[in-house]
Amino acid sequence: MTQEASENKGTIRVVQLYPRDMNIYGDWGNALVLKRRIAWHGYTPELLEYNVGDDFPEDVDVIVGGGGQDSGQLVIQADLLSRGSTLQELAEDGTPMLLICGMYQLFGRFFKTRTGSVIPGIGVLDVETHGTDERLIGNVKVESEEFGEILGYENHSGQTTLGPGIRALGTTAKGTGNNSSDGQEGARYKNIVASYLHGSLLPKNPAIADFLISTAVERKYGSFTAGAPDDRFAVLAREHAGRRPR
Amino acid sequence: MPLLGYIRSMFFFSVPLGKLVRRVTRLRGGGSAFPGLVVEKIDPGFMARTLTTLPHGVAVVSGTNGKTTTTKMVVELLESQGLKVFTNRTGSNFTRGVAAALLGEVDWRGRLHADIAVLELDEAHAVHFVNRVPPRYSLLLNVLRDQLDRFGEIDKTAELLQHVASKTTGTVVLNREDPRVARIAGALDQPESGGAEVRYFGLDDSLLSTFPNDDDMRAGPGSPMPVVPERPDADVVLRRVGVDDADFEYDGAIVTTHMKLRGVYNIFNAAAALTLARCIAGQGSGPMDHKSLLSALSNVAPAFGRGESLIVDGLPLDLVLVKNPSGFRLGLKSFPAGGYATMIAINDNYADGRDMSWLWDVEFDSLRNGGVDQLSGSRAYDMALRLQYDEVPVGGVDTDITSALAAFIRDAKGQPKRIFCTYTAMLAIRRELSKITTVEVVS
Ligand SMILES: [Zn+2]
Repeated sequence: MTQEASENKGTIRVVQLYPRDMNIYGDWGNALVLKRRIAWHGYTPELLEYNVGDDFPEDVDVIVGGGGQDSGQLVIQADLLSRGSTLQELAEDGTPMLLICGMYQLFGRFFKTRTGSVIPGIGVLDVETHGTDERLIGNVKVESEEFGEILGYENHSGQTTLGPGIRALGTTAKGTGNNSSDGQEGARYKNIVASYLHGSLLPKNPAIADFLISTAVERKYGSFTAGAPDDRFAVLAREHAGRRPR
Repeated sequence: MPLLGYIRSMFFFSVPLGKLVRRVTRLRGGGSAFPGLVVEKIDPGFMARTLTTLPHGVAVVSGTNGKTTTTKMVVELLESQGLKVFTNRTGSNFTRGVAAALLGEVDWRGRLHADIAVLELDEAHAVHFVNRVPPRYSLLLNVLRDQLDRFGEIDKTAELLQHVASKTTGTVVLNREDPRVARIAGALDQPESGGAEVRYFGLDDSLLSTFPNDDDMRAGPGSPMPVVPERPDADVVLRRVGVDDADFEYDGAIVTTHMKLRGVYNIFNAAAALTLARCIAGQGSGPMDHKSLLSALSNVAPAFGRGESLIVDGLPLDLVLVKNPSGFRLGLKSFPAGGYATMIAINDNYADGRDMSWLWDVEFDSLRNGGVDQLSGSRAYDMALRLQYDEVPVGGVDTDITSALAAFIRDAKGQPKRIFCTYTAMLAIRRELSKITTVEVVS
């Protein structure tokens, strides 16, 4: 079941954004999947954390960020804004990133709460989010041309709409996604995948994990040669999860 | 005053009428809450009036994990001190359930012959209940990532518990080690201005690492342990947990006692129950009987479905309920895998929670050596995938609980067994096991 790297094809540095304050709903699962799959593909993973007040790591190959309680978002907000230009540069430069839920919202232009106060985002993604009274909760199935069927679970009350400069990750076949009106879920921009889906997202959607890894490797080493991860459980978990009710 | 007379006559009739309805629905085998609904409809003040006139008032136990077992412990500890305790054993609609249970206990004139009511309070029903019946005591256990499906956010659950504390008139007992619960103390009025007195139960520093809270939950292997902050003094501190005994410190001395309960988290809840029971019994006329208090403590057993040991083929089979990451982590820590065959059954029915994300917040390294013999439940393959990423070997995977359980018992013959299971998976497993062994009958 475990494929250790037989030869060292190179090191890939994965940075988790704010794991101390933004780590709800199995966000660790996404980091763990990157760590294991990088090794299964024959490369050496290096997992780094960036928390409030830390020095920002050098030579970042992949970035993952997750959701959080409202309280967690308040804690990181100022620090994130101070890192806005660094993250913007990395994004424009093509660094692969996975942004889930709260971090998806904060990478957008702003989050307007129900009471009307506006929390500025870092504007890497041309999206805006509005807080609502309605909580969107349940299993989700998304159709994506790029990644095929994407399976996950959503739990959010912020509703996000995409600006003209950005496309959706896919169309929802079950569940709500970005908002309760346009049937779209997540966002794709440069090498960023942003989504409301937990589950965790990457374990049951290895195509997205491998997109992030292969992009990171190609950017760093010129070309990517895949290993052979054993995805039999992933295939069966997808089959069974896809049949579960909303 | 015709109106007053009318109201009086309603009070007078509501109890006999409710008791009658209760008898009739019993005969028909009907639901336990319906008579409660009837009496609440015709006499909305019945429950509050009956409960608040008890000599020691009402004590409520709330929190996300372990309230059923803890409530049971508080009741047994108080009974050891000679108190007559009314408690709610039914899980149906809370207020109606309590009203229905009261109807079974009160006499025909509506009087409850008890010294105190100890009630398990679901967070969802907490606000409504304490607004109508302000408790004299409350015990707030923890706020763990559990019912996000229903409440959305942990912080909201903490707010509900804070509301319970703010309505408490006598003493609030808080978990010193759960930051969201301990924080509630700061939000209460001082006792001089009418706020409740605060007491804590706590853990020895050496045991803190076995109780991750949701904030440092994800800390991957190798992450530094957070520094232990200054904490207030606790009334009861759990100092040590042994194989079948534990050390509690209170009144400045350490007491060692045998424990029937297993699992660190259950025994920590015993410290919680002890703190509350000492508060209540300490208010009584005579001195506390420490000997019977300790003997009651050593004899408390888990409530139904909260982790129990059965005998199959002459060997123990432990059922461990897991319903959130903290609970699963604690279960794995409390019940070491060595020597046991292991099965995990994960369902995602509404009562279990539909979101499987929590499985990724649990580390399964401790199962790596022995592997997991059998997986089952509607999300058996999610569990298999989770174990693959922690490099834990997996035996059989079968979403059908009946055939998976049969295979597990057959293949693990001659070994003690342990099954970690979500709530509805546990119900299914108990049902199957009752066909081959004696499973405690649930009332
Ligand atoms: Zn979320």
